[in-house]
Amino acid sequence: MASRDTGRIVVGLVIFLVLASFPVWFSATQGRSDYRPELEYPAGETKCVESKEYMRTWHMDLLNQWRDSVVRKGVRTYTSDAHHTDYDMSLQNTCMKCHTNKANFCDRCHDYVGVSPKCWECHVEPRGAE
Amino acid sequence: MTAILALGAILILILLAGFGSQVAGLQVVFGVAVPYAAIALFLGGLVFKVMSWARTPVPFRIPTTCGQQKTLDWIPSARFDNPHTTLGVIGRMALEVLFFRSLFRNTKVDIRPGGRIIHTPAKWLWAAALAFHYSFLVIFIRHLRFFTEPVPGFVKAIQSVDSFFEIGVPSIFLTSFLLLGALGFLLLRRLVSPQLRYISLANDYFPLFLLIAIGTTGVLMRHFQKTDIETIKAVAMGILSFSPVTAGGGALFTIHFFLVCVLFAVFPYSKLMHMAGVFMSPTRNMANTNRAKRHINPWNHPVAFRTYEEYEDDFRDKMKAAGIPVEKE
Repeated sequence: MASRDTGRIVVGLVIFLVLASFPVWFSATQGRSDYRPELEYPAGETKCVESKEYMRTWHMDLLNQWRDSVVRKGVRTYTSDAHHTDYDMSLQNTCMKCHTNKANFCDRCHDYVGVSPKCWECHVEPRGAE
Repeated sequence: MTAILALGAILILILLAGFGSQVAGLQVVFGVAVPYAAIALFLGGLVFKVMSWARTPVPFRIPTTCGQQKTLDWIPSARFDNPHTTLGVIGRMALEVLFFRSLFRNTKVDIRPGGRIIHTPAKWLWAAALAFHYSFLVIFIRHLRFFTEPVPGFVKAIQSVDSFFEIGVPSIFLTSFLLLGALGFLLLRRLVSPQLRYISLANDYFPLFLLIAIGTTGVLMRHFQKTDIETIKAVAMGILSFSPVTAGGGALFTIHFFLVCVLFAVFPYSKLMHMAGVFMSPTRNMANTNRAKRHINPWNHPVAFRTYEEYEDDFRDKMKAAGIPVEKE
């Protein structure tokens, strides 16, 4: 009886280990464990509204601030903290003027980390020069 | 006092990770050495613990019987509360593991004026435990988006259900707050009730504080002090593909990640091992066949029996002479 139970327990442990290592074998079998998104940056532009580090981390928050400022206060001018230039607070007219292709810019990171922002349910999605 | 001890330990761990995040040379420690050590301690400890339990002999059936045992055909037996078949045991275990049936039975004893003792149902522990465990499961699955590439469909599906109400940007996940609420209740329960405070050990408070700290740092990173999650995913993928990347990720992330490593490292050596232990509770996972079948202790020493017949054969004449009745003349 003891040996039969030990067999079952070992089977249970093996099932647990297979499940627990799911991220390892899943990514390995997909061949993408060392994948890292590469972004297509706008040609001829050297700087964004804020520093690259700030934009990587806080861009969603900046877009929120712009939305609130434009929709609720009617204030449309944003002055950059990084280089004191004035910008029009507009996703379509400011951001997408340079970042002309959603698939090669926005989606790269968003797909990588599994987020699906709701921007494009209202705004027109930039498709680049198709 | 024990609560303060556990809280102090967590605060020291938080300070340690916070300090580590500020020193460039320690990134190798907190980003590579600690997670690998935690994985080794977790998997090694878990397998060792379970195998040591597997070696423990359980010669007899000792199920807790919470209903009528299987007997004559015309007497209905409690199929799950006193199971006599493997199927019944599986049903009982499923109810235990998935719905925490034992906690559902929880009762409270009160002494009413006049010395009358009454028992009343107490479901809050069950409700909070259920809320906590399922929230934790959902959060665990949600976090797979940082550990898998491409992100599997079920992770995205569970994410979209969890952020169903689309409150705020980024949308709040309901389970984050359900988890913190449930943990808050489970902690207050121990602190407020004098009886529970009396039996609570540092080992009871430590996981609660640890999980509250993990949940809080997680919510802070998502909604208040943003973190560059693209870099974080690269760090996580680096660990799992055995080619670690040392990149910062900020103090908050280092603290969150370090506390998760601590959770995994202490897991097999603490009460948290009930995750594996629940499947091995002999009072739940055995069919009650004590009367239907004869269970013989497998390591019984072979004993030379002497039956009454043999005894009588030896002493029959003397017994007759003394007037003692015998079975065989």
